[in-house]
Amino acid sequence: MNTQSRISKSRLAEQFRAFIDPDFVITDDETLKPYECDGLAMYREMPMLVVLPETVEQVQRVMRICHENGVPVVARGAGTGLCAGAMPHKEGVVLSLAKFNQILNIDPIGRTARLQPGVRNLAISEEAAQYGLYYGPDPSSQIACTIGGNVAENSGGVHCLKYGLTVHNILSVEMITAEGDRVTVGSDGLDSCGMDLLALLTGSEGLLGVVTEVKVKLLPKPEVAQVIMAGFDSIEKAGDAVGGVISHGIIPGGLEMMDGHAIVAADDFCGAGYPRDAKALLLCEVDGTEEEVHEHIAEAEALFRKLGATSIRTSQSEEERALLWKGRKSAFPAVGRISPDYYCMDGTIPRRYLAKVLLEMEKMSEEFGLRVANVFHAGDGNLHPLILFDANVPGEFERTEAFGSKILELCVEVGGCITGEHGVGVEKIRQMAVQFNDDELQQFQDVKAAFDPTGILNPGKGVPTLKFCQEYRSIEHKQHKHEEADTAHG
Amino acid sequence: MADQIQTIQEQVLRARSNGQKLNIVGGGSKSFMGRQSDADASTLSLAEHTGVVEYHPVELVLTVRAGTTLKEIEAVLAEQGQCLHFEPPHFGDASTIGGTMACNLSGPARPWAGSVRDQVLGIRLMNGKGEHLRFGGQVMKNVAGYDVSRLQAGAMGTLGVITEISLKVMPKPAATVTLVREMAMDEVVEYMNRRAGEPKPITGACWVDGKVYLRLAGAKSAVEATAEKWGGEVMAEGDQFWREVQDMQHGFFDDPEAPLWRFSLDSTARTPELEGPWMIDWVGSQRWYRGQASLSDLEPLARAAGGQVSLFRGGDRTAEVMHSQPEALKTIQRRVKHSFDPDGIFNPGRLYSWL
Repeated sequence: MNTQSRISKSRLAEQFRAFIDPDFVITDDETLKPYECDGLAMYREMPMLVVLPETVEQVQRVMRICHENGVPVVARGAGTGLCAGAMPHKEGVVLSLAKFNQILNIDPIGRTARLQPGVRNLAISEEAAQYGLYYGPDPSSQIACTIGGNVAENSGGVHCLKYGLTVHNILSVEMITAEGDRVTVGSDGLDSCGMDLLALLTGSEGLLGVVTEVKVKLLPKPEVAQVIMAGFDSIEKAGDAVGGVISHGIIPGGLEMMDGHAIVAADDFCGAGYPRDAKALLLCEVDGTEEEVHEHIAEAEALFRKLGATSIRTSQSEEERALLWKGRKSAFPAVGRISPDYYCMDGTIPRRYLAKVLLEMEKMSEEFGLRVANVFHAGDGNLHPLILFDANVPGEFERTEAFGSKILELCVEVGGCITGEHGVGVEKIRQMAVQFNDDELQQFQDVKAAFDPTGILNPGKGVPTLKFCQEYRSIEHKQHKHEEADTAHG
Repeated sequence: MADQIQTIQEQVLRARSNGQKLNIVGGGSKSFMGRQSDADASTLSLAEHTGVVEYHPVELVLTVRAGTTLKEIEAVLAEQGQCLHFEPPHFGDASTIGGTMACNLSGPARPWAGSVRDQVLGIRLMNGKGEHLRFGGQVMKNVAGYDVSRLQAGAMGTLGVITEISLKVMPKPAATVTLVREMAMDEVVEYMNRRAGEPKPITGACWVDGKVYLRLAGAKSAVEATAEKWGGEVMAEGDQFWREVQDMQHGFFDDPEAPLWRFSLDSTARTPELEGPWMIDWVGSQRWYRGQASLSDLEPLARAAGGQVSLFRGGDRTAEVMHSQPEALKTIQRRVKHSFDPDGIFNPGRLYSWL
């Protein structure tokens, strides 16, 4: 793929400034600095320049100029991503969509919203609330992350099992292709003719096009939601309880699990009243009509009791529900308090292997000499192991990465995948080769080329290329040396 | 149970080296869909490639070979109190899951349960080079690599041979009630949309022959309370009505002479003014029209209503039958096709003449 720029920084800036407010064509290091990374700050790169257009026509012209000159383009929303998918390219342009922050229209009868890509996820639900509606996917970063970024990552959240991911909740996107064409993919209807390019674009990490508008579906806000907190004295029992509820025919709105380390950290952090001696905690939220919630809560409580819950508490008010969730929602900062740094992984596994995977992880934890706390979207099998480390200790981050790699390999081994919702980006590009064989990776490359023949869109992310492997050889080498050092220690 | 991968692969490789085209056929129940098959192409049959590969009711995940019939799948799921909640149409007993996926078909529950594309977790696919590839997986959340699985939905086999599919399945609802009342066509679209905007357990909203049918499904207490609140006549043969709509066995679909058009529209849009009968399903998102017309005349009407139109059954199937694509998307889809099937072996011209 060609990512060799054929134009100088000053010449490119001059071209952009001819049609974009010169203050928003950024070329100086000081102003470029905040763009050097996304939410995964361990990976950094300074871009050649950053541009913040404010009309779709301007985005289109930026793309045409970059296409003509072979300049890499990295589209960026709020920069909250967790896989370095929005990390700049050093010879490329960061195309920030921050100015596209308008909710264009909400149709309360048809239950849809037409959005610019820079609209924050939570802002959609806040605006729709006056009609008794909300937007389903609710990633933890929803206060800051944008809908354009959600499309790029196919973001989920805690309600996926029942309400789906981004791909299930959008009707259409307007995008600018690598060659600068403006197209709408999908329609206002539920199904569109031809290949499902909308699904292909969702989760494509900015490698296939630049999204300039999104139409989403809105859902009626459930009448009631109640959460059951159940403690268990083993992970196995908690895992069985998850299966028990689901096979009983109840699909909870949210179903989360935390291990012993995470329970204590979260309880210390916010005093949610979690059972501190439990080895696993389930939060099972049931939502729907009053009658349905009443019926299902009673059934789920009885099931948990039968399956060995050591403690059960059901929220009796909105305040209590919020409190029980607060511990889970603050699990990351809570863990942040007991360790200088933490590294969040994102593998997904078939639920039946939960106990096996957690046990193996504990063994690895001992081998690597690093603690790990687990929060888990139990309903859909998405694990978030948090590896605790100290970046100031030389070599500890490298050891953390190696530990993380092993966890992801384990997820693939039991039939899962390397990333459930955070994306591949730069971070997991090496593990792509664990999940996919060369023919599959080549097929991905060929799909990419169908959208972006010259390879200017977010090069080096998502799918490994030969060129990328070469760039990474030095890091692999460093890590290899580290493993040798570990062996020597052992 | 039979694994026919080797046979399928040999056939693909042979076709490739002989410059032969292949028509991919499952149960053959959807041969009326899409454009007419290439008469010179030979048949690649998936009918023997059948069987449940894995089924974990507790995980809500089923993996089956593509030639497995919907009938068999639903029987296996029913034993565990589960179902394909996107309600795929059966065009006779021969309809397979592979064909359902290739055509992206779903039934009356579509607005709430999604389509088959929404429930697919992963596939195995034989591309035009004879490579047997695996995309996605058996887990609910998976963002590694492009979503090649869902890309197949609606591609009508033009990208490769789907050989295996993993799907999310769901528990059968505990209780179901169908409410029916008379209503004029010009009132019903807003009525259905307003009902769908209430936080109630609704899973069907269809209008035909001057009557609107609403289906409630879920916890018994919730279904009963909502039926009481909404009112209308409780239909004794409700399940049969939805089954007939799902399988297109309802009287509306009877006339074999009049071509059947499928409009996929903004749910709130006004129904296009055309002479002839309509069925409005999916809260207004899917509208069936029976009548003589040309695709080029209907397209502007569909576009004005925010959507698309296709010739579902009957009419001239040597011409285009799917809503046209803008030039830029045509280019991309041609290239995508080429990336999977460089020699253009699979289902040539079935989806569009240019594909």
